[in-house]
Amino acid sequence: MAGHSRRRFLGYLLAAPTLAVAVPVGEEFAMPGEASAALPSNPEIADLLDLSDLLNLAAAPTSGLVAVGVQADGTVSFALPRAEVGQGITTAVTMLIAEELDIGMDKVRVTLADARPELLCNQLTGGSNSMHSIYHPVRAAAAIARLALLDAAAGQWGTDASRLTITEGVISGPGGRSAPLGSFAKAAAGTRTKQLSAEPKKRPSLIGTPQSRIDAHDAVTGRKQFTMDLRVPGALPTMVCRGPHINAGVGSVRNLAEVRAMPGVTDIAVISTGVAVRANTTTHCIDAVRALRVDWRGGTVDGETDASVRAELRAITPPMPPPMPGAETIDLEVDFAFASNSALETNCAIADVRPDRAEIWAALKAPIPAHNEIAAKAGLLPTAVRVHVVQGGGSFGRKLFHDAALEATEASKAMGKPVKLMWHRTDDFRHGRVHPMSTSKIRLNHSGENVLSYEQRHMATQLDLGHGFGDAITSMLDKLPVADLTFNQVFFLTTQAMPYDFGITNQTLHEVPLKFHTSSMRNVYSPNVTGAREIAVEMLAKKLGKDSLELRRSFAKEERVRAILDKVAELGEWGKEMPPGTAQGIGIHVEYKSCCAVLVEIDCRPETVHRPVEEEGVTGPRVMRATVAVDVGVPVNPRGLEAQMLGCVNDGIGLVLTESLHMDRGLPLEGSWDNFFYTRQWNTPLDVRVFVMPKTTEEPGGAGELGVAATVGAVACAYGRATGTMPTSFPINHGTLSFEPLPRVPPIPQSPTDGLEHTF
Amino acid sequence: MPEHSFILNGNRVSVDTEDNVRVLWVLRDLLGVTGPKYGCGINVCKACTCHINGKAFNPCSVPISAIKPSDEITTIEGLADQRSGKLHPMQEAWLEHDVAQCGYCQPGQIMAAVALVRKARAAGTELDDAELDKLRNICRCGTYTRIREAIHTGAKNM
Ligand code: FES
Ligand code: FES
Repeated sequence: MAGHSRRRFLGYLLAAPTLAVAVPVGEEFAMPGEASAALPSNPEIADLLDLSDLLNLAAAPTSGLVAVGVQADGTVSFALPRAEVGQGITTAVTMLIAEELDIGMDKVRVTLADARPELLCNQLTGGSNSMHSIYHPVRAAAAIARLALLDAAAGQWGTDASRLTITEGVISGPGGRSAPLGSFAKAAAGTRTKQLSAEPKKRPSLIGTPQSRIDAHDAVTGRKQFTMDLRVPGALPTMVCRGPHINAGVGSVRNLAEVRAMPGVTDIAVISTGVAVRANTTTHCIDAVRALRVDWRGGTVDGETDASVRAELRAITPPMPPPMPGAETIDLEVDFAFASNSALETNCAIADVRPDRAEIWAALKAPIPAHNEIAAKAGLLPTAVRVHVVQGGGSFGRKLFHDAALEATEASKAMGKPVKLMWHRTDDFRHGRVHPMSTSKIRLNHSGENVLSYEQRHMATQLDLGHGFGDAITSMLDKLPVADLTFNQVFFLTTQAMPYDFGITNQTLHEVPLKFHTSSMRNVYSPNVTGAREIAVEMLAKKLGKDSLELRRSFAKEERVRAILDKVAELGEWGKEMPPGTAQGIGIHVEYKSCCAVLVEIDCRPETVHRPVEEEGVTGPRVMRATVAVDVGVPVNPRGLEAQMLGCVNDGIGLVLTESLHMDRGLPLEGSWDNFFYTRQWNTPLDVRVFVMPKTTEEPGGAGELGVAATVGAVACAYGRATGTMPTSFPINHGTLSFEPLPRVPPIPQSPTDGLEHTF
Repeated sequence: MPEHSFILNGNRVSVDTEDNVRVLWVLRDLLGVTGPKYGCGINVCKACTCHINGKAFNPCSVPISAIKPSDEITTIEGLADQRSGKLHPMQEAWLEHDVAQCGYCQPGQIMAAVALVRKARAAGTELDDAELDKLRNICRCGTYTRIREAIHTGAKNM
């Protein structure tokens, strides 16, 4: 929905001691009438109405207010109704406020808002939607605050506001008068709430310039606080003993009294996910968890292994329409294994549940549904519960859920004491959420260089979109011109944009309702769906004897896509001479009103594939170089965008080459970072270059997940070109188990004691 | 409960706890020093990396009983110059390259980087790509390339 040009912003001057301006979030985009009228019958809905729009539309009717406050000391505060999990949203929002008010970024204090149930669908951080949804409201609030400050100064100085300027937080006017903007914070405050409007700056000077993260100093000094770093009186370390299968419940505990008497242990309680132990230190918790003898009830997927799940996916694969008469076809089936979206910070939360109230601290991307469920679990009215959103140590889809917050609530209630509950890493891999296993089946009909149709059937184990997106999407289901779709299918349709003009295009989703713990993983369906599509495009180029970049260019629907292809071709030296066993590969992805192209160079020569790594780990082919071009419409902070693309590249490499979960009788075998092979230093490219395209639209698109799918396509295609065989099963090393699995019982490993033998 | 004493970021500290409690939890749970992060507890992720007597170690895998009263432990909180507050050149390099994303792994990354540079210096070896490949610290946000660039910058100024 491009095409908004400059507009006046509406907001409210609040009755408050110092200046405070509130604006609605979401309202700017409220135009469901237009959207549905424009929808085509061909279900390429993502081209017209993507997930970002859907989330904004869902938010529109309930749009709560967000407020910018100006204090007398010249600082400006804003409680952001979004989560910061490393993606840099707090830095970008700081820039927007500093921009409109002409103050230094160090004068802006962005905090994360507590759960605000009145915001309904408007406190969701997901679908790379944050910048898109918050860009105009935040600029509006700051622009109105600027207006109010200038009016107040003009009043005191007996001049006209139009004759005043703000530079670095200082208001200047005729006759050399000047004063810091904070000195008008009181005078500018409303005595009654009234409506005001303002225009954003015509020529932004800060937006679009590279800025470092506002929390960089805290991060490098150890001062940045995550949930487990907070000091809540009485909240002692708490861990949970979990079963040998996913969702196994506690039958009975044989040695409860014995474990309760262990040193340091203060409390033990059976909760719905296992046996919770609270103790003086985490070591005491680990010892107690390992000592527990529990009889477990069955879980929900006890019999399932990789092979059985794969067979179920094959079984629900609908037949492809027959080849078009006279047409040639390219047929392809691409498999992806389960993968873990475990962040480096494991699932964790602090809970203090009292008989009459509760307080929770956790990194939550969907704090409102969390708030409601926590209240229900605590047996309290939602109004008696406070949920604080803490900065997260990564998310990758995990923090859309509040598994640890619910457990902490249950444990604190059962024990009658505050708890600081943390998942062990092994649990985080085995019982934490996973990205679904999938098979994508593609049939492309073409007649020579003319592509007539593109069919893609995507089969996957069911994805849990329930907590975060669920509410937003369910509220929109009846407003979409598509009948009988589950909300997962709606989600699929609104995220899978097709960047190529491939004639009649039909992409559908088919899920097997198996009860794994699932969630998105730095993108919901796209890495797998786009990866498979890019392989098909590569096969088409090969069959036609065409240059694969040129082929993508010629079929690209949008000029923006051609521009990023040209950019990576130029910077990445597309087509350069490469030694045998090495190759370039390219992939593109379009989503969230943004697009991204990735060009990689891979080395599949035996000496590289078998390079040694000290201790445990896998090597294999190495991506040596990656070049990324990204177009997000309005790049707010290019340095932050580069960082996100860098992360996306490493995620994509892992998904294609090394990282997966092996499901075995209802539990992943992986239990450590030396089992689940996320990209490590010895597998990362030595040279990554990201080019951020200058502004192309008026709406900032999403970027946090965008680069993963393009990288998956690029690495897979490069591998195919380097080895002469196009891979169709990912990651390519999934067939070999490269580690000795940890035992299932006890559920977590003991910490070693020989650390001093490994100093360096 | 046995009393354990050691030097933490230049100050003598003591704690009463069982012998087997790992140093990471002495720091985090008992002393409230939260710069070193938990990422695995089994000496794999390296998020907890600190220094002992100037060398990198992983406190999640060392029982407090193995620490002597004369041992000096440095966490990320103690890396900057304790008197002037001036950041260590490696921290400065991290700022210059805007390395951190979520930041969770970064205290461990910086402590490991400082030790790696010192080790290479002592051995008179070059900090080349092969040496950097040996760093085992996980960064799930994927900041690896910026980490490598920052280490080169930091090394120059150390
Ligand atoms: S927590 Fe110490 S190495 Fe992972
Ligand atoms: S910055 Fe997030 S794990 Fe490294």
